[in-house]
Amino acid sequence: MQVTSRRFKDSAHEALHDKDIQSAFSKVKGGFPVARAKSAGELPEFEDLRDQARDLKNHILENLDYYLEYFEDQVLLQGGRVHWCSSYAEAREVVLDICRDANAKTVTKGKSMITEEMALNEHLSAHGIEPIETDLGEYIIQLAHEHPSHIIAPALHKTKDQVTELFHENHGKYGFTERITDPQALVNEARSILRDKYVNADVGITGANFLIAETGSTVIVTNEGNGDLTQSLPKTHIAVSSIEKVVPTLEDASLFLRLLARSATGQEMSVYTTFSTGPKRMEDIDGPANFHVVLVDSGRSDLLGSDKQDLLRCLKCGACMNHCPVYQAVGGHTYGWVYPGPIGAALNPHMVGLEESRHLPNASTFCGRCEEVCPVRIPLPKIMRHWREQAFETQVTPKPERWGIGIWAFFAKRPKLYRLMTRVSARALKLMAGKKGVIRKLPLMKGWSSVRDFPAPEGTTFMDQWKKQQREGK
Amino acid sequence: MSAPKEKKNVALFVTCLVDLNRPSVGFAAVKLLEAAGCTIMVPEVQTCCGQIAYNSGDKESAKEIASQVIRAFQGFDYVVAPSGSCAGMVRHHYKELFEGDDTMMVAIEELAGRTYELTSFLHDICGYRPEDVRLDTTLTYHDSCSSLREMKVRDQPRALLGAVEGLEIKEAEDREACCGFGGTFCLKYSEISESMVDTKIENLLASGAGTLAAGDLGCLMNIAGRLKRRGAPMKVMHVAEILAGMGEKPGLGEGDS
Repeated sequence: MQVTSRRFKDSAHEALHDKDIQSAFSKVKGGFPVARAKSAGELPEFEDLRDQARDLKNHILENLDYYLEYFEDQVLLQGGRVHWCSSYAEAREVVLDICRDANAKTVTKGKSMITEEMALNEHLSAHGIEPIETDLGEYIIQLAHEHPSHIIAPALHKTKDQVTELFHENHGKYGFTERITDPQALVNEARSILRDKYVNADVGITGANFLIAETGSTVIVTNEGNGDLTQSLPKTHIAVSSIEKVVPTLEDASLFLRLLARSATGQEMSVYTTFSTGPKRMEDIDGPANFHVVLVDSGRSDLLGSDKQDLLRCLKCGACMNHCPVYQAVGGHTYGWVYPGPIGAALNPHMVGLEESRHLPNASTFCGRCEEVCPVRIPLPKIMRHWREQAFETQVTPKPERWGIGIWAFFAKRPKLYRLMTRVSARALKLMAGKKGVIRKLPLMKGWSSVRDFPAPEGTTFMDQWKKQQREGK
Repeated sequence: MSAPKEKKNVALFVTCLVDLNRPSVGFAAVKLLEAAGCTIMVPEVQTCCGQIAYNSGDKESAKEIASQVIRAFQGFDYVVAPSGSCAGMVRHHYKELFEGDDTMMVAIEELAGRTYELTSFLHDICGYRPEDVRLDTTLTYHDSCSSLREMKVRDQPRALLGAVEGLEIKEAEDREACCGFGGTFCLKYSEISESMVDTKIENLLASGAGTLAAGDLGCLMNIAGRLKRRGAPMKVMHVAEILAGMGEKPGLGEGDS
């Protein structure tokens, strides 16, 4: 997908003035975070599980090559195939080749962020294969030709009225000509259309929440059951996964599963948790004849051993964005690439380049709520700060900002000069304010005074008053 | 006359915003610390904790300023700041700043262990409780992100405020949400900051309290500035001022008259 992170400020401006977006995202804070807090509170060992999950992920990342090869061996034993792809382009070609081998005309898709990263739908469409998203939210935004605004609630930015219009425009060809507004009726309409798609699809593509090394299984969690139909009805199932999703054992997967839904939606478990192990066996009633796992690296192995390795622990639960006041204010699309919110602010610079996305790690108050709720304790603010440091060192940070910091630091490092500067500033600002107590326009700090008045200083600095008091013996 | 032995030898870290903008917070802190049985010193070479440079990615400047702070506050039993943000910088982030520098780390760990945010120091270390302080008003308390999440300050200021006679605390909704200050964030991303501070203000006003208090001047200036711009009648004070019996003085942005 096209990266639009450079437009972050403009996109934020637009989002802040878009009533639908404001109404959609301001509701986030009353929903997911409340449910998460309740569900975490009901599990006494929740905090311990977070520690265990962090430590286990760290162990996996330190032995990633071992577990991935272990996983591959088991997939092969089960009769499946594993495809190793270092880039998006490679992964797209692999998927396309499998689809062509299956003479695929349509493919159904379960929800997957990695295929979003590699722009798989666009690639398949360009080669005459129709991808059909089956997660309701993904289905909606596919009709709208948009991208997810949230990693687990992709159509969060869409209002009910917009969905009504989309369905009305697109479902006529299936014989649904009535404009419906009832949410349940909308769901039913989409469901009846998707039923046929599942049955007629030649290939089913899903993501993977986990890859289990000891069994060669791929695991998906969904609330709609669409993933199950996607992967079990067509003749060919392709699970596309980034490399860091591997876990050693079933037992390990259960640790993460206990955290995942609780952190994401506040559910104890998602409605469906589905394990896929190899193609259909002789005695199986149904299931795909062909089972492929496409492993995508695309920059992830570069994070191993770096100061940003912790990012690879991410379970893609969305808790960080659910709790982020910046995300709540500007919505998901503002971030300009696949991952919005704090995880996007910390990860996207690595994936799309810091110059392209420098706003993302900067547009944070470091309030720390993301780190506070991350199930695997990714130090998101710390990683964002590392990007800021990198931007400063490589001069990606704009000159005026660098100069501003430079001038301020020049004084801060010289206490005597600093005293003089603050003495003059305190007096000048006090004079500017007069009796009002506030300054309404600050020419050098427009960012401040475009929004707020500046509460005027009292006039004499603490240090000057203190010294005077000490001299006069209090 | 030398101080009795049990008196805690405390260095006040004034912080740059208090020094420049609202010195009365510094004097309130001195008054409270003295009442809590401390001897106060104000090291002269202090300027700022370096957080502005640190959060802007200018690690070298941040390190130089941090070194200055570490030198300035050597030899005191405690370092106390009327700010969770600055205290958090010293206690938690200097370690990250000098990661891998073992010679500095000893001094940093030692300083971190004796650096406190004001209300938690008064409450947890001194066992202090305000006496004969009266303020007849309703008040809502804003938890600054650094105080709350870095310094684990939540109950201490409320316990201290609870001892102020005539004061009724009215908690606001979503009180753990950020006010949108974020240091240079509020300058660089002013529109997003505006949206955040407005959300905060709606909740504060809905609490029905007449006065807002917090332990960090950054948040207070942001919220007070926006309240003034919107013409909303809520008085804004630093918690130290209220606890020190200075609650009658004009709030932030109110002038002298």
